[in-house]
Amino acid sequence: MKEITYEQIKSSVKNAFLTANTDVIKVRDYLDGIKDKEESSTGKIILDQLISNANLAHELGIPSCQDTGMSVVFCNIGTDVAVSGGAIEDAINDGVREAYEIGHFRKSVVDPISRENTKDNTPAIVHYSVTEGNKLELTVLPKGFGSENMSEIVMLTPAAGLEGALDFIVDVVRRKGANACPPLVVGVGIGGTFEKCALMAKHSLIRELGSVNEDKELAELEEQLLERINALDIGPMGLGGKITALGVFIEKHPTHIAGLPVAVNIMCHALRHERVLL
Amino acid sequence: MEYHIDLPIKDEDIIRLRAGDIVYLSGEMYTARDMAHKRIVQLMEQGKPLPFKLEGQTVYYVGPCDPKEGMAIGSCGPTTSYRMDSFTPKLLDAGLKAMIGKGVRSNEVIRSMVKNRCIYFSATGGAAALYASTVSESKVIAFPELLSEAVRKLTVKDFPVIVAIDCKGNSLYK
Repeated sequence: MKEITYEQIKSSVKNAFLTANTDVIKVRDYLDGIKDKEESSTGKIILDQLISNANLAHELGIPSCQDTGMSVVFCNIGTDVAVSGGAIEDAINDGVREAYEIGHFRKSVVDPISRENTKDNTPAIVHYSVTEGNKLELTVLPKGFGSENMSEIVMLTPAAGLEGALDFIVDVVRRKGANACPPLVVGVGIGGTFEKCALMAKHSLIRELGSVNEDKELAELEEQLLERINALDIGPMGLGGKITALGVFIEKHPTHIAGLPVAVNIMCHALRHERVLL
Repeated sequence: MEYHIDLPIKDEDIIRLRAGDIVYLSGEMYTARDMAHKRIVQLMEQGKPLPFKLEGQTVYYVGPCDPKEGMAIGSCGPTTSYRMDSFTPKLLDAGLKAMIGKGVRSNEVIRSMVKNRCIYFSATGGAAALYASTVSESKVIAFPELLSEAVRKLTVKDFPVIVAIDCKGNSLYK
């Protein structure tokens, strides 16, 4: 058994959120690498602004976007890990609380009925998985709601097939992409059950821009979808142009003979996530 | 075309600006997003005084971060505008002239913009540090209990926007 303390988890989560919300240098470099493909003049201006913004946020140590998101955490626990000093989720929430206070981040979390703000951006949304070994892996993903609001899930019939799934994904971007701060990252879940499908779409977003899916079939679909999405002429900020999405990331899971769930979790260009291994 | 325009915006500026123009705004604007819009429209319906005079003014859809020491405001990029659509025609009828946000507007908003000769600017979503660097003053003038969603009066210099929908109803959105 390996002991990991409450304090270690809290401090790792805090530091990961502090970095994720202020450091989009990897996104900047990716934008810098592809911006010449943009033909629209307004599109070019917007991409340059995003690059300057990333530099400024980094220099000043302030959030790259005022929507510092809901605090999503993927927590992968090894079977040989023992957490001491308190409950793991309390440690995560304490880390979020401190990061959002120290970082001057916006506290965006409210009760859904009363709309009363929790004032510290908690509770975090934590997804657990268990693997063999003695490591604890934490991946934080501050998720802005301009893009989250544009996400959709559909329960297609098997008759709709792969073609129906692909058409749905492109259609979500066509109908809603302009509102979600394009250039986008499109997270997709195909299969599973209702909740599994949505979770896969979210989980896909912790990949890096430019990464290639290890599953060859999915890698090919990602490429096809990116091409179709970038032909929509939505462009940066929806004002027209070739660069509507930076990437499409797909995860799949076996599903029921009666169904074909497809979830599209839209992410803006600020693909902010940080991984910590304890 | 590229323009430097002073706020409050003049009618002659609204008339000459076209969808696609690049504009640098300098002067005063007010912030309001979801909850502030709801409250302003409630006050209008009750015939009560509003937090600021809408006539001729510019509203920026934003909920900023808290400022770091030495800065007037924290990161402050635009929020998505469609959530304000159900309130917007009432504000335009009451004299609001310009809106800054991001994303598409409803046909009803566009019709009201044409009727009232108003303009909608797109700010770049996610460029929140860049926008913070253009703000020299920020003061909460109403609804402080709404925290980030409170109404603020901002003083800005060369705040970069693009005309997304002009006063004739021409739009850059597909």
